Order: sequence, then structure tokens, then C-alpha cells
Amino acid sequence: MKLTLTINGAPREVEASPTARLLDVLRGPLALTGSKEGCGEGECGACTVLLDGDPVNACLVLAGQCEGREVITVEGLADGQSLTPLQRAFAEHGGAQCGICTPGMLVSATAYEKTHKSLVTLRESIAGNICRCTGYQRIVDSIERAGDADRTGTFGSVGA
Amino acid sequence: MSRTARDRETHAVGASVPRADGTPKVIGTARYVDDFPPMPGELFGLTVRSPVPRGLLNAVKFDPTFDWSDITVVRAEDVPVNVVALIAEDQPVLAARHLNHAYEPILLLACADKHKLLRAKQAISLDIEPLPPVLDPEAALQNAATIWGTDNVQKRYLITKGAADTPTPEDSLPAIDAALAACEVRVTGRYSTHHQEQLYIEPQGVIAWWDDKGVHATGSLQCPFYVHKAFLKAFGEDASRIHITQAVTGGGFGGKEEYPSIIALHAALLAKKSGRPVRMVYDRKEDIEATTKRHPTLCEIETGCDKDGTLRVLKMRVLMDGGAYVTLTPVVLSRGVLHAAGAYSWTDAHIEAAAVATNTPPNGAFRGFGAPQTIWAIERHIDKVARTLGMDPLDLKRKNVLTLGASTATGQVLHTSVAGVECLEKARAASEYDHKRALRSPPGSRKARGIGAAVFMHGAGFTGSGERYLKGKAAVDLLPGGKLLIRTASTDIGQGTETVFRQIAADAAGVPLANVDFAVPSTTVVPDSGPTVASRTVMVVGSIVESAARSVGDRVRAEQASSGGTYAEAADRLLAREGTVTSLLQYSPPDYVKWDDQRYKGDAYPCFGWACFIAEVEVDRDTFEVTVTDFWSATDVGKAINPVMCRGQIEGGALQAIGWALWEELVWKDGLIKNPRMTNYIVPTALDAPPFHTLLVEAPFSFGPGGGAKGIGELPMDGGAPAIAAAVEHALGFSLDDLPLTPERLFSKSLTKGASL
Repeated sequence: MKLTLTINGAPREVEASPTARLLDVLRGPLALTGSKEGCGEGECGACTVLLDGDPVNACLVLAGQCEGREVITVEGLADGQSLTPLQRAFAEHGGAQCGICTPGMLVSATAYEKTHKSLVTLRESIAGNICRCTGYQRIVDSIERAGDADRTGTFGSVGA
Repeated sequence: MSRTARDRETHAVGASVPRADGTPKVIGTARYVDDFPPMPGELFGLTVRSPVPRGLLNAVKFDPTFDWSDITVVRAEDVPVNVVALIAEDQPVLAARHLNHAYEPILLLACADKHKLLRAKQAISLDIEPLPPVLDPEAALQNAATIWGTDNVQKRYLITKGAADTPTPEDSLPAIDAALAACEVRVTGRYSTHHQEQLYIEPQGVIAWWDDKGVHATGSLQCPFYVHKAFLKAFGEDASRIHITQAVTGGGFGGKEEYPSIIALHAALLAKKSGRPVRMVYDRKEDIEATTKRHPTLCEIETGCDKDGTLRVLKMRVLMDGGAYVTLTPVVLSRGVLHAAGAYSWTDAHIEAAAVATNTPPNGAFRGFGAPQTIWAIERHIDKVARTLGMDPLDLKRKNVLTLGASTATGQVLHTSVAGVECLEKARAASEYDHKRALRSPPGSRKARGIGAAVFMHGAGFTGSGERYLKGKAAVDLLPGGKLLIRTASTDIGQGTETVFRQIAADAAGVPLANVDFAVPSTTVVPDSGPTVASRTVMVVGSIVESAARSVGDRVRAEQASSGGTYAEAADRLLAREGTVTSLLQYSPPDYVKWDDQRYKGDAYPCFGWACFIAEVEVDRDTFEVTVTDFWSATDVGKAINPVMCRGQIEGGALQAIGWALWEELVWKDGLIKNPRMTNYIVPTALDAPPFHTLLVEAPFSFGPGGGAKGIGELPMDGGAPAIAAAVEHALGFSLDDLPLTPERLFSKSLTKGASL
């Protein structure tokens, strides 16, 4: 079936089978492989994307449900060529190690920063994203530092 | 310019520089194996596995009504040499007749259409004659039924010290018993640990293909040369025709040390038979079921000490469950037994260890590699000794922890980089342990609070003479403009190899960090540096990188001194004149390392990392749920090349240990795993994890790179579980000797009469 949706700000039309998951469409025809499949049952959160601004597990959403809706993936977080404060903080402060949870983690953290701060705590906002590397402390630190930088506009340079 | 002067100019080492691979990871362009676009003609591969833990395969039946025309089938007889090359060579690539564990691979299928491939699997039926499985290690040791070798024993070790170090081994046991009998206070205990799944978030995966250059495999893996060796054996191809390349790897923790050889062999077999590229990526269920896990271990301990708490005599028996095939079990058992005496000084010791086969999936490498199991036992036991003596456990540990000049159970005299006391005191002070330990939860309150500590050390690098046999190599090439390229087989699986090696090389050569590049580990391009395991990457391979980078930098500077110009100009002149400028070096361990592999005596490791972990918990007295409220640690890393990454290793390792202690449990029934999913194999989330307060201690190891770095990868896995148990014990008031500490187990333990401390 034919599907029309907005991906990372651009309207896209894709051919998808009725049983295809949003994750299949993203990783397959749209070639957006930033969203990962770690479990296929909504536990690990590595496929987290924003669907109309809310974080969802792309492995639990049928592509057909996304007709006419807006999807933002990790590839759509950065504004043009520059990293967001969150992305920079993850690279600089230990938020990313092996990196496989990072795309989903960043998407959840972005939702937290943008809209969910008043609804949940920082740790609650990433509780659906499993990281096996960091112990989460560096991720929490990265998100807090990015938030500080956002407020003050004084994010440090990436360095060498 | 002297090296000292150069060191002052560059300061990459010791700075928390951003991850070299950070940008692609945060924008989603890092290519993990399943992110590669399909190759022309690519097929998907799939494995048909044994549904029983033990049996005989009589026949494989293919549904004649199914269209098999576009399905590639590989069976045992298609494997040129049907052996997975590792230590024992006992494991077939595909089972032909004897099925020795559930999920053992029997045949392989490939098809371009993923959906049809799944239907093909349904169209196969296996005619199997089931046999009674041996699932209990104790039963395996009794050899009631022989399922491996002549007696099911995959490996044995004996360590003796002091009175137990008798000329004839038969006299050792009576001698240690006599030494125990002479002690003022004797304490016995029995401690057990369970399986643990590595649960890297990226499942195992490989893409393999054949062309006129030979066979290629790219995948999620820690040790490209392991796969190379496995291909050499199974395919009999010339070494130069085997090309194994690491893709960006989404976590390993040991789980991608030896297992990738199997999935890579499978993909390459399908690719060979079909003449097409084949992609094999496990789903989570298959990954949990079929791949290696941490060895369950049982330890029995009897100790003797003085009334004042001076530890004297240790008698210990270690029994490990190796699973159906040997994989790396002898080495895991070795590291387990070498850490069994803990971080403490003993006059006399007798430690005997055995690993046995059972009809369960082979256990293998997992961060800590046997040490977390024996350290669990010895730490729990020392806490028990403290209770018997009426001492605080941390006071008892402080009194007996190994110090400079002390000797370990193997007789290794510690003469450098020993920081047990410093770690203990720093964590103790930071956590306010003494104050909190004195507090008692009010009896009526629903929440009981507790605090507990673990003190431990972990040997860095390969055991004993391992590095001497291995002869790990690394190379640094000079590139145009004076840039450097590091070539090693050490993989970055998240721990930061790529970044830290660049830091080490930049300072050693005296060039800016941005001028150092890191080659993708591919067996065709990099020398064999040895595997990315054993807390050896930074300490061992990093030190080769340091020497090689220094050598290249020195050559450029010599050229600059003789003929002038900038550093970059001198480098280009050298390259123009010599074609290639490379330093390829081989590791040589410190001369003082002397190890007797027969008697298991001597310098088991060139040095140890040290740590003290302190956990604070809150236990719900009604539900027995444990919340880890705070976690303090002081860890000696020798020298922190990148402090943020160091902390990331310590905290990540600690949380894996906390998960093992509290939530992670594989549920077995008749040799099958009942919870092979992330829904019911529970690893910690951000809400389960405590805030980590991580102190870095630096007791430099003079042979380590960057001014004394030691291995840090495994150490943090060792102390989390015993620290948690000590805290839960403190909160609840009854002893805990068996993992995991799930609410169900705590509840049943609370009902046991006499459980009270």
C-alpha cells in the first residue's frame, strides 16, 4: 500500500506492506537506519522515534498508522550541519558508549527537553530506553548538561 | 626536542576528550552490521536448532509440498572441517548426530525472501530420539552419565600455598585440614551464582560473501582474529584469503568474544553454497537462547583465623558449569580460581576447582570471566567471618587486604601499584559508611535500609605467561602531513578503544589528537594484537601503540632536526624517501613476570586493579523489592587516560553486577530457557540504577601507557553483587549466600528458621 507521511520535516511517499511496522519502513525503503531493532517488542527502546512529537517504539507501530502524520528520527534531530546540545553532550560527556541505544535515548531525551519536562522526571523520560553500557549516570549527566547549555546558550566547543 | 619537552606541549592523556566515534553515533549514521544496505543478490540466513537438551538426530525431513527451489540448505556434511576452532575443538559447526544442548545448530537455510525463509523453517521436521540430559553440575561431576570426554570434567586446577603446598599433592588436603584445625576461629560457607546473559542491545549479526579474493565476513564482534582462526580450520582456506572485518559493534561484554565465530561460519557456509552474500542477524530470542552466558558457579569455603580477625587459612572448592562444549571454560575457570582468595592475605591456601559439562548451551566469556563468581563467594564469606567475630566487615577487610610486599594465593609478591587500602578508605569516607552502618531501621517501618561493601582486585591482562605466548602486535603508520594511523586488532565495542588509543598515540608522538586516525579492525589490514578481552586493551595493546607512536614521532623529529622545516614537511620528506614509514611492534611483558603453568604459582598477572564498592539499599519488608538508593566506589585504574570514559566503564560494569544480583535470572525448565525475551529477562533501566558516585584512584603501573594505565574493563563487574548482598543483609538481618536476590528468594529466605544473623 502507498503511504504518505512527513519524515524529519519532509513529505515522503513510500510503498509498504500492510503488516510492515514503522521501523521496517524507516530502515528499509526510507534508508534511515539510525533507529535500531534491539528486541522487536517494545522493551529496549532502541527504535524510539517521535510520532507527532511523542516518543513511540517504532517496532510497535504499524506503518499504516502513520498515514499523514509526522515522524522524527535521530537523523532529524540535528539542525542542518550542527549537532543539538543533547547530541554534543552525549558525545562529550559519556552519554554514548557502544552507541546502539543512543538514537532512541536521544529521541526520548529530546521529547523530555521539549515537551515532557513538566510531566516526568529525567530518569522517567528515559526509562523506556535500555542502555547496557553506561549505568545511566553519564547519560543523565549529558542530558542535564545539555539542558544547562540550552538555557544559557553557552555550550562548550567540541574540541580537537 | 626532548620527549619531556614534548609532553608539556600535548595533553591528550588525562583529558576527557570527546568520543572519536561520537558524532556518527549521535546523528544515527554509525553503521552497525544490520545497517549496511543489501549487497546485490543478498540472501537472509537462518538456523534450525535442537529442541531438546540431549538426543540423537535420526533424520531431517523436508516437506515435499513446499517449494524448496530458492532455498539454500546447509547441513553438517557440507562443512569442510566440522569443528569450531577454539581451545578444545569439541564443538561442531553443525550437529550431525549427537545433540548436546538445546538450541544447538543443526542446519542452515537461506533465501532472498525473509517471509518465505520463515515458512521454510516450518516445513522442516526433525526426527530426534531424546536422551536423558545431565543438567546439574554436581551430577555431572559424579559422572552418573558421561556426556563429555571420559568424566565430564572440562578442566581442573589446584592452587596450594603455605602448609598446603606439600611435595606430593595427596598430602595437601590433610595438611590444609590440619592447618584449619589449629585455627582459633573456623567458619564454613557455601555460595552460588547463576547464569547471566550479556544482553548487549545489538544482537549478534554477520554478513558473509565469497569472491575471487576468498571469503569475507563483516560483523558485530570483539575479536576478528578469532573468526579468522575459525575460518582457517573449518574452510581450510589460505590465511590470506580470509578477510574478517569488525562493523560498529553495539556492545559485547564478552558475548561477542568467541560466539561470533559460529554465526560467521554459518553465514559463510550459506554464502559458499548459494554463491550469494548472506546476512544473518539473530532476533533477541535466538540471541538469548543460543549464545554463551556467564558460568554458574558453586563455591564451598572453609576458613580459619585468629580471634582478632587475622585471616590464616583458606580451603575452597569451586565448581563451574561449563555447558555442553568447552568454548573458553578452562580460561574462565583459571581467572575464577586466581581471584578466589579475594583481595586478602592468607598464610595457607588450598583451592581446588573443576569445570564440568552439562547439557546446557555452552557458557563463555562475560566481563569478569569467572572472577565475579568466586569474588561473590569470598566476599560473602568474609562478611560471614566478620559476623562470627562480631567485627564490622569493612574493618575485617581493612585488616587483611593485600598491601605492598604481601603475597597472593599463588605466591605472587605484590611490589607495585597496590591500592586496596586507599580505595577502601576513600569509598568508606565518601559514603559515610561507618555512620550509616551504625543506623538501624526502626523495626516497625515498612522500608528497611542497609549499607554494605565489597573490596576486590582484578588481574589486568592475560593470565601468567599468556601475553608471552600471544605476542600481541600493533602498528602505527606515518601518513602525509605528519598524521598517524593506528592499526590494531583491538576493537572499540563502546568502551572507547578508538578514542583512548588516539590519546595515547598523540602524546607519545607529540602530535595533536586530530592528527591521529584509527584503522577499522580488519584482519587484512591490522596485525594480530590479540583479542579485545581480559582488561588488556589499554594496558597491553595501548602500551605497544604508545611505543610505536613514539618511534614514528621520533623519526620525524630526527628528520626535522637534520633537514629543517615543519613537522609536517619533515614527515612528507621521510615518506617521499622511504615510501612507507611504519612502526610495527610486539608486546613484551615486564621481565619480572614469572609464572609456573604446571604448579599454578607465581605472578598470575603483571598487576591488579583495586576497588571498593559500597551500596546503599532500601528493602520493602512486605514485597522484598530492593531499591539501590546510592552507590559509592573508589577504583584504582593506574592512570585514567580519559576520566569520563573510565567512569563510564566503572558505572556500567557496576550496574551489570547490580542487575545480576537483583533482577537478571534465566529461568530453566528441562534444559530450555523459559524467559528468552527482554520482557521477562530483566535488565536495569534508568529508574532501577542508583546515582553513582565514582572516585578514581591512580596508583600507576610503570609498564602501563600514558603514565601507568591498568586494565579497567572487568574490575567493576566483580564487586557490585557482593556489595548489594551485604547491604540487603544489613537491612534485613539474615544472611544471603545465593544469587539472584529476587523478592521471591528473599521472601523464602526470610521464612527459613535460623536464617537470622
